[in-house]
Amino acid sequence: MSKTHVTTTINGDAVEYLCEVDQSLLDVLRDTLELTGTKEGCATGDCGACSVSLDGRLVCSCLVLGVEAEGKQIETIEGVANGTELHPIQQKFLENAALQCGICTPGFIVATKALLEKNPDPTEEEARYYLAGNLCRCTGYDKIIRAVLDAAAEMRGAA
Amino acid sequence: MSTNKDYKWIGTRPIRPDGADKVTGRAAFGADKNLPGMLHAKILRSPFAHAKILSIDTSAAESASGVLAVMTSADMPDLASEMGEAGESAVDFRDLSHNILASGKVLYHGHAVAAVAATSAKLALAALKLIKVEYEELPVVLEIEDAMADDAPILHEDQFTPGGSKDKPSNVAAKMKLPRGDIDKGFAEADIIIEREFTTPTVHQGYIEPHAVTASMSASGHADIWCCTQGTFVVRAMTAKVLGMDVGKIKVTPSEIGGGFGAKTTVYLEPIAVKLSEKTGRPVKMVMDREEVLRATGPTSASVIKIKLGATNDGKLIAAQGSLKYGAGAFKGSPMAPGCMCVFASYEIPNFLIRGFDVVLNKPKVAAYRAPGAPMAAFAMESLMNEMATKLNLDPIEFRLKNAVKEGSVAAYGPKFPVIGFVETLEAAKAHPHYSAPLGKNQGRGVGTGFWFNIGMQSSATINVNESGSVTVITGSADIGGSRASMALFVAEELDISYDLITPLVSNTEEAGYCDVTGGSRTTFATGMAVVKASKNLVANMRKRAAKTWGIDIDDVTWEDGAAIAPAAADKQPLTMAQIATSAAKTGGPLTASASLTAQGAGAGFGVHICDVEVDPETGKTDVIRYTAIQDAGKAIHPSYVEGQYQGGAVQGIGWALNEEYVYNDKGVLQNFGFLDYRMPVANDLPMIDTVIVEVPNPSHPYGVRGVGETPIVPPLAAVAEAVNNAAGVRICHLPISPPRLLAEIDAK
Repeated sequence: MSKTHVTTTINGDAVEYLCEVDQSLLDVLRDTLELTGTKEGCATGDCGACSVSLDGRLVCSCLVLGVEAEGKQIETIEGVANGTELHPIQQKFLENAALQCGICTPGFIVATKALLEKNPDPTEEEARYYLAGNLCRCTGYDKIIRAVLDAAAEMRGAA
Repeated sequence: MSTNKDYKWIGTRPIRPDGADKVTGRAAFGADKNLPGMLHAKILRSPFAHAKILSIDTSAAESASGVLAVMTSADMPDLASEMGEAGESAVDFRDLSHNILASGKVLYHGHAVAAVAATSAKLALAALKLIKVEYEELPVVLEIEDAMADDAPILHEDQFTPGGSKDKPSNVAAKMKLPRGDIDKGFAEADIIIEREFTTPTVHQGYIEPHAVTASMSASGHADIWCCTQGTFVVRAMTAKVLGMDVGKIKVTPSEIGGGFGAKTTVYLEPIAVKLSEKTGRPVKMVMDREEVLRATGPTSASVIKIKLGATNDGKLIAAQGSLKYGAGAFKGSPMAPGCMCVFASYEIPNFLIRGFDVVLNKPKVAAYRAPGAPMAAFAMESLMNEMATKLNLDPIEFRLKNAVKEGSVAAYGPKFPVIGFVETLEAAKAHPHYSAPLGKNQGRGVGTGFWFNIGMQSSATINVNESGSVTVITGSADIGGSRASMALFVAEELDISYDLITPLVSNTEEAGYCDVTGGSRTTFATGMAVVKASKNLVANMRKRAAKTWGIDIDDVTWEDGAAIAPAAADKQPLTMAQIATSAAKTGGPLTASASLTAQGAGAGFGVHICDVEVDPETGKTDVIRYTAIQDAGKAIHPSYVEGQYQGGAVQGIGWALNEEYVYNDKGVLQNFGFLDYRMPVANDLPMIDTVIVEVPNPSHPYGVRGVGETPIVPPLAAVAEAVNNAAGVRICHLPISPPRLLAEIDAK
């Protein structure tokens, strides 16, 4: 089967790649483009470890085809920090010890960024519901939710 | 309750050394390793839960496009039964081999039968369909008591119950008996006796990272393995044994590990990847998908536990009897023994009899899961303790305080307890505002307690000092929850230098000294001990260097504030660690120190959890609305990661209590093989999980550390069930307390 040529933008970089028509965006990111910060936990859209932003919309990249990225803007975990300067969400995850093993962390950070872009001042309940599609098995979510609310406050300048 | 006044670094909460890479996506996990020319391998799995393999024809697959090699159990040596250590539990290497690739029979749905290496994962998957396997289906047995029946289908014709019939094979692989006193006399003296049977389902550890490995065999016969594991040395030992290789020919490099909870202390893929690399001369990568993880890697045992408990009217336990049956899956080795040893371990009971049974059946072979065997035992015992307290009209914590083990108590499993913190933990729970907070309509509160042994085992550590005075500390202990931060804190405290000067590493099996698995809550305790010992050796070395520089006796040199000082020689200015490091070439060469040990005296851990739930009587849905986990840590090295263990363990226990279970059809095919249906707790299922760190120092550790990782999953099952009992007026004996099951209980009232 011949591959399809895709022109897209990832973390602000113009990117071209060839992919098979049945290849997921997750596989393209990880295997073709070597952007392995996006993780696969289930490949069925149930765990959120592969969360990316697609034209500003939070998606599971395992449920998006690589060919669907044509002409789109994609943001992955690799694009969250500004060079070596961490994003406030990343910094708050560290300060709040919001990760143990860290496999779900990229997905949570991408999802949190999407949440705070929509809702800069979420309640605890709103944060919990928005992040319900991201599974973490280590932390019991307590420190993650605290980090999210802490980051929201910091980003609002109210910290 | 935590006091840091004696320490500069221990007990503080710095940012973890591996943190920045984990929040930016740079940290490399198991599936992130790629090598040039790498092949991808996939596994053909059994469509039947129990069948003879009559023949396997791989010829069509071998000649398929892109396929470079096919493998079956015929490619591995035929091992004799031989027990070996595998971290917390023993393993029979023959069973291990037969679990990696089935030999003669398949014993569960999803059992690996063959593997294909091809130029892409897609071609490997396509080639699996070309392998022809002829099966003869056999009757399936899925439930523990069915498997124990006289006429049960037998999984292993060569397995006989020890002490049982030598002619008739049995699915009961092992039995255990722990007696004390005279139970007949004890129950005769009891004023109240309660007897109930409890069941728990098969549940999975549910780590988010599927198993993954990349392996490369060199022309010299030297194998490199990169994988996500809790124990590189156990991967090396198991792979060597299963493939008939020497351990010295295998190097295992750990990736970051995306959750393990005990389950990544064995091997499934590694020997296959090594063998396929040997066959093809190319690196081979294997990554499981979620369905494979759920169908074919070790969950933990289902259990059937019956307990009879007798107490006197003054609130003292006088007799107890327990029958604990654990399903092992396809091969022997359930956590029946630790379950039996834990079940009555928290209480002083003069008369008891515990019997345990390890039962094989047509489900995947179980693997360790956080305090293996203890949560099920505690669900049964703690539920009865709560019911007994009600019957005695005693506060449930007060009832436990009347019977709690303390220093000098003889544990049910034999030894005398040294200093332990169960009483202090119970007192802290009783004093917590949560315990006396008011409850609303349809709400209820429950408590549960938990005990876990914790273990020591072998660890090594090496510290290398850089010429600037910064240091690298190397161990071979996988970091599954922040242990590198603990190692750096130990070094900072001992050397009296800044945490920021320390780089802790988890290295491979050829560069790190031997370390047993990260399991048994042992890493901060035991590997921490090795790090402390290496630090002390390094300080002694640096004092020697300073003494040499000054031309005085080493006994006149002390170490303070990161520098050597000579208190009796006023003319000697302190020599800082950086100065000593810079001049090391002139005083004896590079500064390096190592230590290794077999850690003794892992202090037992005790926890008490308080759970509030609200039950919807219309739907049977239970919401946890408040939760507090209180546990003795001995000494919390990095309190945030201790709290994290309490919170994470509690939530795994809440999932076990309320939602999680393997659902099989009568053919032994798992029906809920994804995260949508295998329903683990998500963020909106839960409240904040409050924690209290009690600190009753463990006298066997230089800083008083007790393991903390496993105990937190022990109390929740009974705490949640009791909260539901009190909210809905039911008596829960079977998990999970899913909405339909609870609704049936409510309707049956």
